[in-house]
Amino acid sequence: MMLRGLWKLTWIETKIFLREPLGALGTIAIPVLVFLLLGRMVGHAPPSANPASSSFLAVGLPVMAAVLIAVGSVLSLVAIISIYREGGILKRLRATPLRPYTILAAQVIVKLLLSAATLLLMVLAGKRYYPVDIHVSLVGFTIGLLISIWSISSLGFLIASLVPTARFAQPIGSLIMYPMMSLSGLFFPVAALPPALQAVSRVLPLTYMVSLLEGIWKGDPWWTHGSDIAVLVAIFAVCTAISTKVFRWE
Amino acid sequence: MRPAIQVSGLSKSYGDTVAVNGVSFEVSDGEIFGLIGPNGAGKTTTMECIEGMRRPDKGTISVLGLDPFRNVYELQERIGVQLQQAQLQKRIKVWEAVDLWASLYRKKAVGERLLEQLGLSEKRNTWFMNLSGGQKQRLFIALALINDPELVFLDELTTGLDPQARHTIWDLVRGIRERGKTVFLTTHLMEEAERLCDRVAILEHGRIIDIGSPESLVKRHCPERTVVLVTTDATAAERFRTIVCVDTITCLDTEITLRGHGDDFVTEVIQCLSESGIRVTDFRTILPNLEDVFLKLTGRSIRD
Repeated sequence: MMLRGLWKLTWIETKIFLREPLGALGTIAIPVLVFLLLGRMVGHAPPSANPASSSFLAVGLPVMAAVLIAVGSVLSLVAIISIYREGGILKRLRATPLRPYTILAAQVIVKLLLSAATLLLMVLAGKRYYPVDIHVSLVGFTIGLLISIWSISSLGFLIASLVPTARFAQPIGSLIMYPMMSLSGLFFPVAALPPALQAVSRVLPLTYMVSLLEGIWKGDPWWTHGSDIAVLVAIFAVCTAISTKVFRWE
Repeated sequence: MRPAIQVSGLSKSYGDTVAVNGVSFEVSDGEIFGLIGPNGAGKTTTMECIEGMRRPDKGTISVLGLDPFRNVYELQERIGVQLQQAQLQKRIKVWEAVDLWASLYRKKAVGERLLEQLGLSEKRNTWFMNLSGGQKQRLFIALALINDPELVFLDELTTGLDPQARHTIWDLVRGIRERGKTVFLTTHLMEEAERLCDRVAILEHGRIIDIGSPESLVKRHCPERTVVLVTTDATAAERFRTIVCVDTITCLDTEITLRGHGDDFVTEVIQCLSESGIRVTDFRTILPNLEDVFLKLTGRSIRD
């Protein structure tokens, strides 16, 4: 019964999201286009002449794209939760036999589905136009990405719980997520940061996400990233525990 | 027969603010019961405690024989709820909302027929954001009836609607009662309460001031009647003084206002007119309503 409710709500929320003026375009088309554009720009330099650019193509760009998908979907989750709360939609859904966690889980599943679809499109587009040979387990990479989004979604819920109005939810979310991204080892290795920033980097959830995704993309076995996954699970547990205390439905 | 709702000694505070303070009442099976009072009187809090959406600080509530807070999921299967100022997803289509809601309940009404009865069939593919205020409220009524509930809660159903949409909604609510369901509603519109409710409870500052049918409340608290008439007969005012149940007479030019009490007041004024052969060019009676009852009981108008 409740699984049916979850499935129905997820399906309707997906359709609603794609009806948003920037829904499909913003979350799916733009990341894919940016990815292709960057790939072409860097890819036109002869790989042998510029080892830095070819290494960026081989590992940096796909991981960066994946992290951008993840951050984008979590920010959109924050926005949706606060808009739904402000509009009384969460309250109206809660006045049905739907269990509270089902209502929230549906929103996360929508984000996971859309992220997976975006990633798939990127891979398909990349295969045709992108000159780099891919010897990566795409299934593994997708699983890594979904684990990461699932984990930082809980951070999104925490932000949505603490920010009082929908107007501020997205800006405050961006203010937290984007600086976090710059210290996560995505643009420059964590080891290259000053020691103080390295310490900060080690407590940021995105750092573990980047490490996990880069590792899988390079072909590391899963067990070498057990600690990354453990940290991501711990982040989920802590953020969810705090959210259940402070989350407001109205 | 057990009442649909029994509330006794209900209290609820938010921090230092006391929203509801020792409220007790019963709602019988099959009636339209209205909780009336100004904004901030505690109507919504009372309703949400009964729906199981809030935990009362004190007091006991029984709804269809269930404790609403403890058995909230069991209760939700059997009640229908319309919340004050609720919205749906902007871009959800009417039929999608009905379909989603129908999938959440064990017992379900036929969604298409509900849409038809509520005049929404033509709007079934319209996004929620493109519906008019009245259409949105009709959709919320459809969602509240989707599980064929025994008891329906309507919170400020017609606030913000134009008079025509309001009349349509009133007819729909009477239709709910005719299907044998109990309706519990809140409103700050006295006209709505008067036209719809079998019984009302007047709530102010979290306390119930009085409960009864609109007519009995008017009779109890505002027995006075008023007649306004226009005449050029200069002796008229003098003659009206002989009527026993007239309390005051006010003259303004040719307009005379008579205030009195008792069921025979208007009859006696008419008799006096015909016996004395006074020619009048206008004659009207003003009967007190719930608005006046509220003013009398609280010393202020409900709109303040």
